[in-house]
Amino acid sequence: MTEQKTRHVPNYKLRFILLIAAALLCVLFSFAVGRFPVSLSDVIMVFATEIFKLDITWDFATWSTVINIRLPRILAAFFVGAALATAGAAYQGMFQNPLVSPDILGASSGAGFGAALAIFMNLGPVWITAFAFAGAVICVGAAYVVSRLTKGSATLSMVLAGILVSSLFTAMTSFLKTVADTEDQLPEITYWLMGSLAGADMSDVIFAGVLITAGIIPIFLLRWRMNVLTLGEDEAKSMGLNPHRLRLVVVACATLITAAAVSISGIIGWIGLVIPHFCRMIFGCDYRRIIPAAIIMGGAFLLVVDDIARCMATTEVPIGILTAFVGAPIFAYLLMAGGKRS
Amino acid sequence: MKTLDIQNVSFAYSKKGPQVLKDVSFSTDEGDLIAILGPNGVGKSTLFKCMLGFMKKYEGRILLNGDDISGMSHKQIAKRIAYIPQSTHPVFNFEVLDVVMMGLTSQLSVMSSPKQEHIDEAREALASLGIAHLEHAGYGEISGGERQLVLIARALVQKSKILIMDEPTANLDYGNQFRVMQRVAGLAKNGYTIILSTHNPDHAFIYANRVVMMYGGKVIADGTPDEVLDAELIRKVYGVEVMVNNFENTCRTHKLCVPKDTEF
Repeated sequence: MTEQKTRHVPNYKLRFILLIAAALLCVLFSFAVGRFPVSLSDVIMVFATEIFKLDITWDFATWSTVINIRLPRILAAFFVGAALATAGAAYQGMFQNPLVSPDILGASSGAGFGAALAIFMNLGPVWITAFAFAGAVICVGAAYVVSRLTKGSATLSMVLAGILVSSLFTAMTSFLKTVADTEDQLPEITYWLMGSLAGADMSDVIFAGVLITAGIIPIFLLRWRMNVLTLGEDEAKSMGLNPHRLRLVVVACATLITAAAVSISGIIGWIGLVIPHFCRMIFGCDYRRIIPAAIIMGGAFLLVVDDIARCMATTEVPIGILTAFVGAPIFAYLLMAGGKRS
Repeated sequence: MKTLDIQNVSFAYSKKGPQVLKDVSFSTDEGDLIAILGPNGVGKSTLFKCMLGFMKKYEGRILLNGDDISGMSHKQIAKRIAYIPQSTHPVFNFEVLDVVMMGLTSQLSVMSSPKQEHIDEAREALASLGIAHLEHAGYGEISGGERQLVLIARALVQKSKILIMDEPTANLDYGNQFRVMQRVAGLAKNGYTIILSTHNPDHAFIYANRVVMMYGGKVIADGTPDEVLDAELIRKVYGVEVMVNNFENTCRTHKLCVPKDTEF
């Protein structure tokens, strides 16, 4: 009953407005930056003309850069970032563990194997995406089945089964790398595993966008119930929640959006772990705020990292490397700051 | 009608394993505050898990206002029984008000979140327990006694008339133990049925109107504390020599229990 416990209540509405404004600025600037410079006013005019059918005041190269090249890539980066951050937040709540990331159940390893297999079979980009998606879903499905067949705590056995199945898929990917053609297949597999949005086109965006939206909607609607399950299974049951059903639905949706994301981007680490922590620092632990915050912040964050990947060097830097470069130090800082607080 | 009626319940964690509960029977009325005593590992928590519907594979019957709980969903049970666990440190540091509102789970539809009226309800529950000032504090940052009161507030919001409390005074300092127990006794006066486990016979003497003593998975004594709890029973169950004597409190006389002096 001391004074320090009556703490200042943050203005979450203002914080959300600032976050949305920052995200919109990121989107706008992402159209302007790149090899081919486009001024901000041109970016705005191109969209104004597309919408309001104004007179054309720029050259075709500008239009093509903004609409054909940057728009799909920006959408892809935003969808993938939003998906990974939301899935990370959802998994962390469902497993009552803030150190869980979206690939905990093997989604990334499964996607990696699927993509490597498609490349090994000399299939086209559409098949690589399809195989990666199928690989992720199969891997998580296998982990779920294994966990149901073991005894003991549901969350622990799921995490252990995830580790088990994902190491199996990683081993299969390594095997494919050793037998793959070293001239073109091996580099392609290696690059895919490092993650990149360079190849993302409009068909990828539509494929992933539809699946990611479909998976995020149930998570968004169930977000308050997710709070209750973070207290643990027995407490959740005593308040009238069916923990198995909620966990199954949320994990299935989180897996769907992770699989859709990695299937077009390759493996991008750290976002699913770091962004939910950032959201908690700014918006508290309530999932009613964490889920919308993770969608916006995850999308904007990956967009900025992808801008850096595009502009940093003459050749593109794989985005998975950059997220680790940026994510690991941020996470170290968060851990130290969190340690001081408690 | 009995609020809770436990009839010949036996339970074993595995088919060939030892029976943790052996033919346990007792029942409760509205306004009862029942203290369940017994040494560690005697099956108190297991009994609670059966009563709350966490464990389904027991023998015997558990009736809730006359209805068998074996066919009820978690939601149906939660509307009639609230569980107040031992307060542990949470994984995520929710605001106190958010923790209290979690008690609304059984009243809200699956896809909905609490509205303003629910926030007011949660505030009222906090105020009724004298901790309104904690509403925006972090649940992980308040003291153990305050956390226990927050969990009680959450149970009040749940609007279930039967409260099951697992050692509500464990890990609390001397003052908080009595602050929490006084609130609990107040709830029983207001018509709640309260079943709690405790290791302190004095809490039973001061606050409970009935004691159920468990030993070896069985109920070996059931009655008012003054009748049932004597030196012999405590020696049998806990293996210590005690004196049980009358104590003149301000409004009434009740018994208390102290260890016997021995040669050191």
